[in-house]
Amino acid sequence: MTEPQTPAVAWEELDELYRHTILDHYKNPRNREALAHPDAQARGYNPFCGDEVKLAFAVRGGRVQQVSAQSQGCAICQASASLMSEMLKGTRTDKLRWFAERFRELMRGKGLSAEERHVFGDVEALAGVAQFPIRIKCALLAWSTLDEAMDDYEARHKT
Amino acid sequence: MTIPKPANNQKKKFDVHSVRGDFPILRQLVHGKPLVYLDNAATSQKPQAVIDALVRYYSTDNANIHRGVHELSMRATEQYENARGKVKTFLNAADDREIIFVRGTTEAINLVASSFGHKFIKAGDEIIVSNMEHHSNIVPWQILCEQTGAKLRVVPITDTGELMMDEYGKMLGPRTKLVSILHVSNSLGTINPAERIVKLAHDRGVPVLLDGAQSVPHMAVDVRKLGCDFYAFSGHKLFGPTSIGILYGKREWLEQMPPYQGGGDMIKSVTFEKTIYNDLPYKFEAGTPNIAGVIGLGAAIDYVNSVGYENIAAQEHALLEYGTKKLSGIDGLTIIGTAKNKSAVISFTMKQAHPHDIGTILDAEGVAVRTGHHCTQPVMECFHIPATARASFAFYNTKEEVDVLVKSIDKVLEVFG
Ligand SMILES: Cc1ncc(COP(=O)(O)O)c(C=O)c1O
Repeated sequence: MTEPQTPAVAWEELDELYRHTILDHYKNPRNREALAHPDAQARGYNPFCGDEVKLAFAVRGGRVQQVSAQSQGCAICQASASLMSEMLKGTRTDKLRWFAERFRELMRGKGLSAEERHVFGDVEALAGVAQFPIRIKCALLAWSTLDEAMDDYEARHKT
Repeated sequence: MTIPKPANNQKKKFDVHSVRGDFPILRQLVHGKPLVYLDNAATSQKPQAVIDALVRYYSTDNANIHRGVHELSMRATEQYENARGKVKTFLNAADDREIIFVRGTTEAINLVASSFGHKFIKAGDEIIVSNMEHHSNIVPWQILCEQTGAKLRVVPITDTGELMMDEYGKMLGPRTKLVSILHVSNSLGTINPAERIVKLAHDRGVPVLLDGAQSVPHMAVDVRKLGCDFYAFSGHKLFGPTSIGILYGKREWLEQMPPYQGGGDMIKSVTFEKTIYNDLPYKFEAGTPNIAGVIGLGAAIDYVNSVGYENIAAQEHALLEYGTKKLSGIDGLTIIGTAKNKSAVISFTMKQAHPHDIGTILDAEGVAVRTGHHCTQPVMECFHIPATARASFAFYNTKEEVDVLVKSIDKVLEVFG
């Protein structure tokens, strides 16, 4: 045998990747009910693996009041959509684009500050995906769909 | 050093462990585990003989071909044309001029779609493909249809992943101008009845292109026995270099077809008044080709011949049988593609986990499988799935590796079960 060419992926790391927060959200995704009157919606799709995220939210007083996140695909994609939906509830719409941007940075390995950790909560369980470059796009789909939903929201609320 | 080593045609007794020794890449650890390479349908690994041929060419003989009178150019040209002869014999073609060097299966199909297509296919004509085609045997025809107003007809498949031959027979009609179907499916493993496909089409005077990307690595192909008009394959799936492939075409057709690309080498003379195209096969080989790739492909063919297709088939059949038996026994696992006549490909889904999650966990065990739609989205649609995990075998794989695959799938169950 020649020298190892790639770092070993320890069982603990995989365990970390799929640790119970992710598996929990994969097996019991939150906020899957469709909304009767959304103020914004978007559909994200990755044709390479068939991952799909349908996102919608309703806004009241400048804050996300209700969220619907319907996803199909791998555990990382579905958990990401579910975790994100929990995070969006009650937040100000003018924060949403920053969430998406900050999540992208998290996937590039930039950890959360104490303050950000407070905002992102359980979403941080996805930080381990950064160790598996090929899977980052699975985690990102929900967040790029959030960006598109914001496009839709802004288009509808142009004055 | 001017003449490549002669082919070693003496059949040795097959010993998988000694054969593995020919492939330096297999001797490595991935994530600390011995590499188990089960992604051969995507691309195969290269034996030392092929690597050496490339090194030898670039170290001693590199020059541009055909236009030089100097020694190196003559050596390069000789080896290049010598390889064409090897491919001719390999496919049992009638003539060296029927062998066109292209980049791969994709370019071969595009060549026919563009050249044959624009000459012989008009609005209202029909081209037949099947529902199990690789995207490279769908999109070039869609482009042609868009440009000409011709229509694409699609032979449906059964739920075991076999062509509905009755439907195919009914589809052939006075408007059919070409049939283009794959010989062996990359995502299902199905071996299609190529001779019958050709016979039925020829009965109606319709020419046939066979996509042989997944057949030549596993079985001897005789284009004259198959009777096909065109045959395409890629060197990189046949243990050769990337970006070199073959279009075989019957001379009657190639002679009638206009050039695919214009440039150097494909002409006899150029003036602004009139340019005269070169003879076959050069008419279709514009520009400096992948000379090293051609020579490497020649070495790959020699290598495959030295292993022997009987040995390859026997080893792969054993792997398919053993793998199918082992995987079928796993709770929640479904094998996609269960044709009677099948190549050593096992595509599967699991109730518990998405193919991507399966792929990540297997990778951590050193097991390389492909996950996704395998460039066959219409197949995925047929089976109502977004993707599969696919283990595809070569003759250098072992039963022990199948066992590692099964153990790694147990890990998937451990996480997701
Ligand atoms: C059946 C089939 N056809 C065509 C191709 C395309 O081959 P290439 O990418 O080498 O041109 C492939 C490769 O995956 C294939 O499996």
